[in-house]
Amino acid sequence: MDLELMSSSIPKLLSATVITLKLLSLSLFFGLFIGLLFAILRLNKNIFVNKFAYGYSYVFRGTPLLVQIFIIYFGLGQIEYLRSTVLWVVLKEPYWCAIIAFSLNTGAYTSEILRSAFQTIKPGFIEAGKSLGISNKIIFYKIQIPIAIKQSLPAYGNEIILMLKGTSLASTVTLMDLTGVAKYIISTTFKPIEVFIVAGSIYLFMTFIIHNLIKYLEKKYSYE
Amino acid sequence: MDLLAFGKTGWGDELFIATLMTIAVSVTAMLIGFLFALIFTPLKLSKNKFLNLIGNSYTTVIRGVPELLVIYLFFFGGSGAIMFVASMFGYNEYIEINAFLTGSFAIGIISGAYSTEVFRGALQSIDKGQYEASKVLGIKKNIQFIKVIMPQMLRLAIPNLSNVWQITLKDTSLISVTGLVEIMRQSYIAAGSTRDPLFFYSFAAVLYLLLTFLSMKLINRLEMKYSRGY
Repeated sequence: MDLELMSSSIPKLLSATVITLKLLSLSLFFGLFIGLLFAILRLNKNIFVNKFAYGYSYVFRGTPLLVQIFIIYFGLGQIEYLRSTVLWVVLKEPYWCAIIAFSLNTGAYTSEILRSAFQTIKPGFIEAGKSLGISNKIIFYKIQIPIAIKQSLPAYGNEIILMLKGTSLASTVTLMDLTGVAKYIISTTFKPIEVFIVAGSIYLFMTFIIHNLIKYLEKKYSYE
Repeated sequence: MDLLAFGKTGWGDELFIATLMTIAVSVTAMLIGFLFALIFTPLKLSKNKFLNLIGNSYTTVIRGVPELLVIYLFFFGGSGAIMFVASMFGYNEYIEINAFLTGSFAIGIISGAYSTEVFRGALQSIDKGQYEASKVLGIKKNIQFIKVIMPQMLRLAIPNLSNVWQITLKDTSLISVTGLVEIMRQSYIAAGSTRDPLFFYSFAAVLYLLLTFLSMKLINRLEMKYSRGY
């Protein structure tokens, strides 16, 4: 066990953790909007809208995240037309490509979580709102959304942890996130176990924090 | 469509073999995962605090650390560990271990952590009365497990195991970083030599979708079989 290597790699790995956290928070932020949008589309009565939203979540949940990143990073650059538009400013950066892929991916999972939360809201809540003369729009924003958020917290907590692990794939498109730097140190020193222990502990620590944060929120927003 | 032709002109046959490789790795990994679950589920349910700790740390660590990091550990650490053992027996040459075995083992350990959780959950949700009733009927302990507990556990576990299968299947795409030629690696090679990444990665996505779709159909049948009587 090379303790010196372990202690010297800690600052490098910690500074890479900042990139991991940036990727995670931005993807979750965009993913939440995408998820909410597609959850609402899924509940739409129009069969085309409905099927489109279902297809979106099916495709993104049925394929590996790695394929999605590669299509966006390597694939989209191939389209000549895209290179001439403003979009190219974003798509030529591996950082933004990773965020787009992560957001679309977590959006698909989030939409499923929110959809099932919306569907399990007791009709009594909506009826109570209606009988009080509250408009449909306000019922949606003030009754349905808060209840759905409350009900989807445990599942969403799991999704955050899955996404934290997913950000490690950013290292495959040249980004130096926590896993990217860990791999770099492993391949230059050939000491995989030591680096794994340090990098793994950082990941576990983040998982621990997320887990407890969600637990706290669940308690705070419970009915009792 | 020329790109997908079979034979020397296209990538059809290569991608077909790569798909078989993906299936082979996923199935092997899933089975290795079951072996791990077989060891760690009893540990997690054990009343002994120390055994319990071992079982819990396995599932917590593996499920909290990115799959890619675990794969790197095995990819870089695997041959080192074997060479270390070999050097104790006086063999000092370089040993390269099979990419298929390392990959399946790495994914297997990950899949095993998820399977362990599924089996633990299923076993815990079996009613205590089932154990008591079979005890009253004088059924031996091992027969009780095989004939009474296991069939009930399986029917609870299969829907969740199908999720584990999906995760495992998708995780195999990550072993492409170690050079094993499965769908992702083959698409990478094809994309590099034809300069058409959009087509090949999209095709890879279609292949994965096909695999998940077909396996879901198969698992649904299995689920029907085991939920008879419900």
